[in-house]
Amino acid sequence: MIVLSKREIRPDVSPMSMGNDVMAQARKSAATAKAKSPTRTARKTTTGRSRNANQTAASSGRPVYLIDGARTPFLRARSKPGPFTPVDLAVQCGRPLLTRQPFSPDELDTVILGCVNVIADEMNPARVAALRLGMGAAMTALTVQINCGSGMQSIDTAFRTIEAGKADLIFAGGTEALSHAPLVLRKQAVEWFSHFATAKTAWERTAALAGLRPEMAKPVIGLERGLTDPITELNMGQTAEVIGHLFGITREAADAYALQSHQRLARAQNNGFLKGEVIPAVARDGVLYDHDDGVRPDTSMGKLANLSPVFEKPYGSVTAGNSSQITDGACWAVLASEQAMKKHRLTPLARIIDSEWSALDPSIMGLAPTLCSTGIMKRRDLSREDIDLWELNEAFAAQVLACLAAWEDEEYCRNVLGLDGVFGHIDRDRLNVDGGAISLGHPVGTSGNRLVLHLVNAMRRLGLKRGIATECIGGGQGGAMLLEVA
Amino acid sequence: MPVTKASVWKILAPRNMELGSRTAPKVFTHSRLSKGSDDIAWLVLDRASESTNTLSGAVLAELDTALGDVEGIGAKGLVIRSAKTGGFIAGADIRDFKGVTESREVETRMKRAHEIVDRLAALSIPTVAAIHGHCLGGGLEIALACKYRIALGDAKLGFPEVRLGLHPGLGGTFRLTALIDPVEAMTMMLTGKTVHAKKAKALGLVDAVVEERHVENAVRAAVAGKMKTERGNWKSGVFGLSPARQLAARQMRTEAGKHAPKKHYPAPYRLIDLWEEHGGDTKAMQRAEITSFSELLVSETAQNLVRVFFLRENLKGSAKGESGIRYVHVIGSGTMGGDIAAWCAAQGLRVTLNDLDRNAIARAIGRAAEFYDKKLHSGIERRDALDRLIPDFDGSGVARADLVIEAVAEKADVKRKVFDGIAAKMKKDAILATNTSSIPLEVLRDDLAFPDRLVGLHFFNPVAKMELVEVVAHDRASQSTLDRVHAFCGAIERLPVAVKSAPGFLINRALTPYLTEAFVMLDEGTPKETIDHAVEDFGMPMGPIELADRVGLDIGLEVVRMLRDKLDDPIPEIPAWLEEKVESGETGRKAGKGLYAYDDKGKPKKASDAPAPGAEMSDRLVLPMLNTCVRCLREGIVEDEDTLDGAMIFATGFAPFRGGPMHYAHSRGVADILEALKQLEQKHGPRFAPDKGWEALGGKT
Repeated sequence: MIVLSKREIRPDVSPMSMGNDVMAQARKSAATAKAKSPTRTARKTTTGRSRNANQTAASSGRPVYLIDGARTPFLRARSKPGPFTPVDLAVQCGRPLLTRQPFSPDELDTVILGCVNVIADEMNPARVAALRLGMGAAMTALTVQINCGSGMQSIDTAFRTIEAGKADLIFAGGTEALSHAPLVLRKQAVEWFSHFATAKTAWERTAALAGLRPEMAKPVIGLERGLTDPITELNMGQTAEVIGHLFGITREAADAYALQSHQRLARAQNNGFLKGEVIPAVARDGVLYDHDDGVRPDTSMGKLANLSPVFEKPYGSVTAGNSSQITDGACWAVLASEQAMKKHRLTPLARIIDSEWSALDPSIMGLAPTLCSTGIMKRRDLSREDIDLWELNEAFAAQVLACLAAWEDEEYCRNVLGLDGVFGHIDRDRLNVDGGAISLGHPVGTSGNRLVLHLVNAMRRLGLKRGIATECIGGGQGGAMLLEVA
Repeated sequence: MPVTKASVWKILAPRNMELGSRTAPKVFTHSRLSKGSDDIAWLVLDRASESTNTLSGAVLAELDTALGDVEGIGAKGLVIRSAKTGGFIAGADIRDFKGVTESREVETRMKRAHEIVDRLAALSIPTVAAIHGHCLGGGLEIALACKYRIALGDAKLGFPEVRLGLHPGLGGTFRLTALIDPVEAMTMMLTGKTVHAKKAKALGLVDAVVEERHVENAVRAAVAGKMKTERGNWKSGVFGLSPARQLAARQMRTEAGKHAPKKHYPAPYRLIDLWEEHGGDTKAMQRAEITSFSELLVSETAQNLVRVFFLRENLKGSAKGESGIRYVHVIGSGTMGGDIAAWCAAQGLRVTLNDLDRNAIARAIGRAAEFYDKKLHSGIERRDALDRLIPDFDGSGVARADLVIEAVAEKADVKRKVFDGIAAKMKKDAILATNTSSIPLEVLRDDLAFPDRLVGLHFFNPVAKMELVEVVAHDRASQSTLDRVHAFCGAIERLPVAVKSAPGFLINRALTPYLTEAFVMLDEGTPKETIDHAVEDFGMPMGPIELADRVGLDIGLEVVRMLRDKLDDPIPEIPAWLEEKVESGETGRKAGKGLYAYDDKGKPKKASDAPAPGAEMSDRLVLPMLNTCVRCLREGIVEDEDTLDGAMIFATGFAPFRGGPMHYAHSRGVADILEALKQLEQKHGPRFAPDKGWEALGGKT
């Protein structure tokens, strides 16, 4: 973590501004950055001056590899709960993934699963999944939750655990069944009920009954609350409106981005790019779910333009068409040390080099990928050209485009990212090449896992070497992970 | 790193069984008696050198002695419990039923047994049966003689006597009808179905369902008279009136008639009569029960059904041992493959199910889920079974499996191609099994790198109902492979029968002349309902026409073609319409249309006005089957007559009360059968010519 480098007092590292009001403090942080990095030289690269310092620090641990991974198709939430609970989903893709490993499920060291909306029947879904996957009673399992970053957090926790020598073989995943998000009682209703339940005599109960109000019966959709930032009361879509506005993202640009996402996913599906990564799921009624069903290859600029803004009516520009979809899905990855690879004769897909988490004002959470990604690149002394491929989660088209714009924004790059000049342009051929959450959907606890897995698979298909998977996280955080094809 | 890889629960589990005080018990041969500090006596049944408790004469005599001791030790209560993990008492020791011919003798024995159980019922102190696992027949009768019954969650209680052509004989008929709603009681005894703990509680058959850890407290509560009982016997008053019983009895007879015709299965009707006449009068009903039971036990039906019980035990005996098979990979998700996979997963094995057609896999999972909904008793069991049944779209399960079962199209080249694709990926000690119904294994083992580990495992449709599995050997199969698949069959609760690799093996070969003769009769203009009726009268669960539809006309056609091609068995020509039907997709029940049309529930629509079958008809259908069975015996396809009889009963449902085809032949008389065959030969042609194998059975051909 960058924080570590602060402590290590590397004069050539610029600590990121974290958790404060980025926009307001831009000038100040830029000054700090300059003051702390007096030895910067004018390299062509716009990031990273810390080659010797942090590479040594971070490589003190053991190398960690991503061996394999698979996910369910992402299934769009229809008007009723989908066919699978969060753990059902984790079991659906976990079984075939384990089946194709040369080790047996009980040989794993531990299980880590990201999940945001845990349902009441599946507390600690990681453990429930581990047992249902036949890993045996002795398998430890932990569920992690950092909102939309949970699926990446599980990989990161596994990565750091193996790196530190505390485990050799870990099953790390993410799962989410947004269609199962519960109806939540209003607070007044809960208070009323607890009052009623403790009433002992008939008179007390009658009195308590009188306190019941019709509006209490109206449930709150848990999902709606979950997608609203509790600090600012802004819905996630509204945060996209905010940063879209700050970086001048037009409705047309967002719609065009969304259209491309659908076209790219359709192409990937038709050309078999997702083979082995997406494994069909079978519901207990015998229905086969074999592809990400949110894809709309037949959509068009015209159709997208006809949609009304959903979060800020009537003038906003974030629509259902240029937002990620509410979706169910799960994804798992197998992580291993060199010892485990040797023991089980595993062939790695990629090595996990580094990871980074950042935070900023919740109202502009969508910009966080620029912070954590730039952070890793600085530490690793990598320039924009060194990153062959990007997976940047498509929470909203406007949010992706705002990140790209921010990286080309001189003020932002200098004052927020602490760079000498603009980070520069990320070519669209290097970004989300097979579509993303707008076409696939965004099962929040799962997406981070999928981003990492798909980044690796896409790099291997395209013959590329190094990539970053990154995402914004509701609440104002971001996560990034740097991988190299093995 | 974990402290232990052992299962902590397994190590501690033996502690989880309450068997009363362990200090200074009085030890008998099959039980022990002890008294704890609370003055409650525990009689723990643990039958010597048997894995389950059954009631033999010796066990009952010992119970009598123990009851005497209980009266002497000043106990304030008595608990009866089993020390066997499998359950309380599985019923009477059926070995005692075998070969009895004198009903008087049985009656004397039963009277003595009743005295002992009556003594238990008459004890002055509170008595409690603590019941886990199976509590069947005589076991339930012991429990019914106690004042309280406490069940553990896994308890299964019932009276399966009717399946042996009997009804309860140790007090069950009058004690159960007095304890719970008499109609429920009669239903239990007439159907032979067991009830689980929860249902038993609802019926009032048990007074409490408790966890093992609460058995001791529950027992104390019962002995102290603090256990609430809600028994369903309030209706007994109504049925104490003879007209009410008459009305109910009439309905019961109608219902019984749908399942078991009176002329073949007298026991249910005797039971109904018993209750109708004596219901509410304990003493009279007890006397009548003893007489009726004794008469039934010596009857041919009961003796044949007892024979069937032992035929099953024989087949089970060949399925003992350790298979080393925990993981099964099934290739082919059609009806057979899918159902085999679903069955194995229900039995606790991990299963991957593969097919080239993804939708076929998905449909098989859907079918499995439906089956689990019916067959498995809790949401947990259903979920776990479905979790164990893994759709495998890329076939990676091959490399993990201990047993690979191939159930693809019945074509040798298709099967060989499948083998080519998987052989190199299989584990070094994994077994490859083919579910071929007719292709000789020698044809399939060619080019296989490990012929020693190839075997035929021929399941029957529907897998969940048909208990038999033909285990097909061939010249290069290793003994260890054969032993392991036999044990595998035992582990999944199926009955293996060893058969030699020859076209059609035993079952399909024996069925072919039977089915094709039915087709000939159809062509002669006999209505299909009449044909089916003829053999249903004989005692088959369904006729040949319905059976052909059930098997699938496409599969049947394939088998008949192959057998005509490979054997010189006298099989009639294949009718042209059969091939046409298969080509047009009317392949039977699975297609909704075959020889019959089927409704949504898969029931055939039969015309009710079909004429009754002629006297000769059932011989014309059944005797060619017997003739072929004899031929198979002569060729050594199966080891002996008993094995053949068991196989035919458990694979085809061959009239169980007749004890199997060979037993039937002997009972009717070989000479008589040969005479009938010769007459049929004269009338219908040389395909009825008696096989020369009859000579070994004492016949003249």
